[in-house]
Amino acid sequence: MAADDRPVNETAAPREPGIMIDATRRPTAEKHGPEPLNPAAEQDPNAPRRSMIWDFKARGEPFLWGFGGALAVGILMIAAFLALVLYNGILTFYPQPIEVITLRDGTMVAGELFRSEVYKPGPELVAQLAEPVRKEIESKEGLVERFLYRTGNFDLYNQDFRWVSDYEIAKVAKPPGMVFFERIEWGPFVGTIKQLDLNGTILDGKSLSWAKLRKEQESAAHRRDRIHNIERNEIATVNYYLEQGRLKLRKVELTYGLNSLEYQAAQSKFKQASEKLDADYRDLSAEAAAIKERDAKYTITLADVSEKEKTLKLSDIVRFYQANTLTFNGKLGVYLSRWWEFLSQEPREANTEGGVMPAIFGTLCMTVLMALAVSPFGVMAALYLREYAKQGRLVSIVRICVNNLAGVPSIVYGVFGLGFFAYVLGAGIDRMFFPERLPTPTFGTGGLLWASLTLALLTVPVVIVATEEALASVPQSMREGSLACGASKWQTIKYIVLPRAMPGIMTGLILAMARGAGEVAPLMLVGVVKMAPELPFDHIFPYIHLERSFMHLGFQIYDVGFQSRNSEAARPMVYTTTLLLISLVFAMNAASIVIRNRLKRKFSMGQF
Amino acid sequence: MPIREEGFLETVYHLKEGPHGRVLSIEQFCLWYGEKQALFDVNMTVEKGLVTALIGPSGCGKSTLLRAINRMNDLIEGLRTDGRILLDGADIYSPAVDVIGLRKAMGMVFQKPNPFPMSIADNVIYPLKVDGVRDKRVLQETVVNALESAALWDEVKDRLHENALGLSGGQQQRLCIARAIAGEPDVLLMDEPCSALDPVATAKIEDLMDELRGRYTIVIVTHNMQQAARVSDNTAFMYLGKLIEYGETSRIFTNPKVEKTMEYVTGRFG
Repeated sequence: MAADDRPVNETAAPREPGIMIDATRRPTAEKHGPEPLNPAAEQDPNAPRRSMIWDFKARGEPFLWGFGGALAVGILMIAAFLALVLYNGILTFYPQPIEVITLRDGTMVAGELFRSEVYKPGPELVAQLAEPVRKEIESKEGLVERFLYRTGNFDLYNQDFRWVSDYEIAKVAKPPGMVFFERIEWGPFVGTIKQLDLNGTILDGKSLSWAKLRKEQESAAHRRDRIHNIERNEIATVNYYLEQGRLKLRKVELTYGLNSLEYQAAQSKFKQASEKLDADYRDLSAEAAAIKERDAKYTITLADVSEKEKTLKLSDIVRFYQANTLTFNGKLGVYLSRWWEFLSQEPREANTEGGVMPAIFGTLCMTVLMALAVSPFGVMAALYLREYAKQGRLVSIVRICVNNLAGVPSIVYGVFGLGFFAYVLGAGIDRMFFPERLPTPTFGTGGLLWASLTLALLTVPVVIVATEEALASVPQSMREGSLACGASKWQTIKYIVLPRAMPGIMTGLILAMARGAGEVAPLMLVGVVKMAPELPFDHIFPYIHLERSFMHLGFQIYDVGFQSRNSEAARPMVYTTTLLLISLVFAMNAASIVIRNRLKRKFSMGQF
Repeated sequence: MPIREEGFLETVYHLKEGPHGRVLSIEQFCLWYGEKQALFDVNMTVEKGLVTALIGPSGCGKSTLLRAINRMNDLIEGLRTDGRILLDGADIYSPAVDVIGLRKAMGMVFQKPNPFPMSIADNVIYPLKVDGVRDKRVLQETVVNALESAALWDEVKDRLHENALGLSGGQQQRLCIARAIAGEPDVLLMDEPCSALDPVATAKIEDLMDELRGRYTIVIVTHNMQQAARVSDNTAFMYLGKLIEYGETSRIFTNPKVEKTMEYVTGRFG
């Protein structure tokens, strides 16, 4: 109350209109000098109105253009980036026609056109060329267009891409007989079928029916899967149990000593078990060997465009199609089957071919585990900070520290995760629970658990800040209403504050998950590998193996793009993997946003 | 009547006594927000079963006094009090008092309707829920009784399980009243319950207060002097943190004993 020292009659009531008059007059009075109150000043209709000039500046139009421009540049960059990834990612798997090029020196080249560019050949190169060709190049101001063909056949020529300059080309054709083979090893093969050897029955390539070939290839693929299954799953399981038995024995040895009765009993038990497992192993490997032997009798002989021949097992072929006679539906079929392989299969050829299923799985597992770890931790910390802690200097310092944590470079978290989680915590767990496995570390090295916890640590500031804001945005009137009903502070938080703040908390979690799923640098230190032998989930007890290293889409992009032997061949894979990672993050975000909006609708209907 | 102009050292009393005696007595009550004193030596009683209105210009401390009665002011940091408030003879500011229990004995209705973001029925039974009542039959009875008492039953009986935020402003405020009386409080505190409502909704709330008169002791803070005149039995006029005059409503509005009160109720300031 400001009325203390005034006579009663002069308080608030008469003051109100006075303020209003001030508010309307003040700008004119200040900006126009003394005259505007005098109507004579506005008599000349042609004189510029000074108020308009003043308005223009006051509205801040130049700033507005700046703001709009900044936003436009930002949107443009994002749109261009998304368009690039989408275009390349979506088109990668679409089958291209095979062009057969006859060069002027008589060499034949066959392959998919990959890309083209214009360049200027050096003068010494031009000098070597024949006269008419030189003239032609000069007429184009010394510029030459060259084409990059994906020729495949790496095993025959030690390269699977080849540049062809336009002046070298004599003839380009798209013969219908050319077939594109995708193989387990050595990348694609471009050429024709010479003959098929089905366990001694020889079929000539020319008279071979396409349906017959497809049927044989499918049964060969079936054999290949069976061998793979025996070797990778069944024998691996036997080996796992054998190893478990050995570890159990070692544990008895460590507990009771080598000469104890317990050790002898355990040893004889282990012998029995391992004999049985050895027998299983022999059976399985014999079965696998038998299938392999049979499989080796089904071969196909291919010939490339220069009639160089190559014989390989039928089961080595993943997919084949006649690129130049494919109908639209056929192309679509190849396209979809490639996507399916990409999403559901394991990688081949140092990750540059095949699928990325383990990486998708690893990314999802890690993100979900991270969210599970970070949400209770972050929400509880924020609840204490906002609702219980006495708001003072200490809390302000803690808050500043939390905000600063969000700015620490992620690789630092990686180093911390490796140093603390793996080498201190993990090593301690190993010494306590897995002494029999030492010196091989179990938890004492990078793994799914440590990677998730490291990322949880990395994202916890995001969750804390978002949760605090969400809690602060719950109206005080709600809390008062609840307290006035006789609810305790905890009941108020549980029944009123937390449900109301849930949408905001979810937003924080979404941000954290998006950041975590896209993070690569710290993961390289705490558990992500180029090629993980096993998934972190399988059929062997305890089903979840948190200590295992795993694959990750972000790391896959880095690895395929920059660490593979042939960056040209890997590039499409980089785009598709990027597209996949973006879609994955987008899908996780979209799911959380849907949940958040559902909550929001429930809690924030109009007040009136 | 001689009237003191300066200081307002003493409060003038001429209140109407209720048939059941007093439920609250406020004795020498002072309150500070940090360094700033907001209430000065307030002495007053609240008569059981009657409606007591607190009026006065903005910032005079009437809401502060109301919120001191159920200790809602405890949420404010740096708050200090002196003096006593006795509820049925026991000091509510003594350290032995359970604040949660105290608030259960008081229902409170706020300036802006603040229904919780849950169903209408859940809103009404919230005081019982936090009390740990799980008996379905008791809860159901409470919903019906409280909503009927708050004159809301007929309007919402078909949508008890819909979100309370879908109600109109006036309905929301009556729902808050239903929630406040669901816990069977001794005293119902209302902090400008109609200031955010239109005249029709205000009239309904006033009718409701009239019906609740006698069953509940009501303390209402209001800016609307006609409202105070219409609904209350006793009226307390406060000014600058001091209780100036406390007495029978009809007297306060027609023939107050202090000139300051006269100036306020006739609209010469405030």
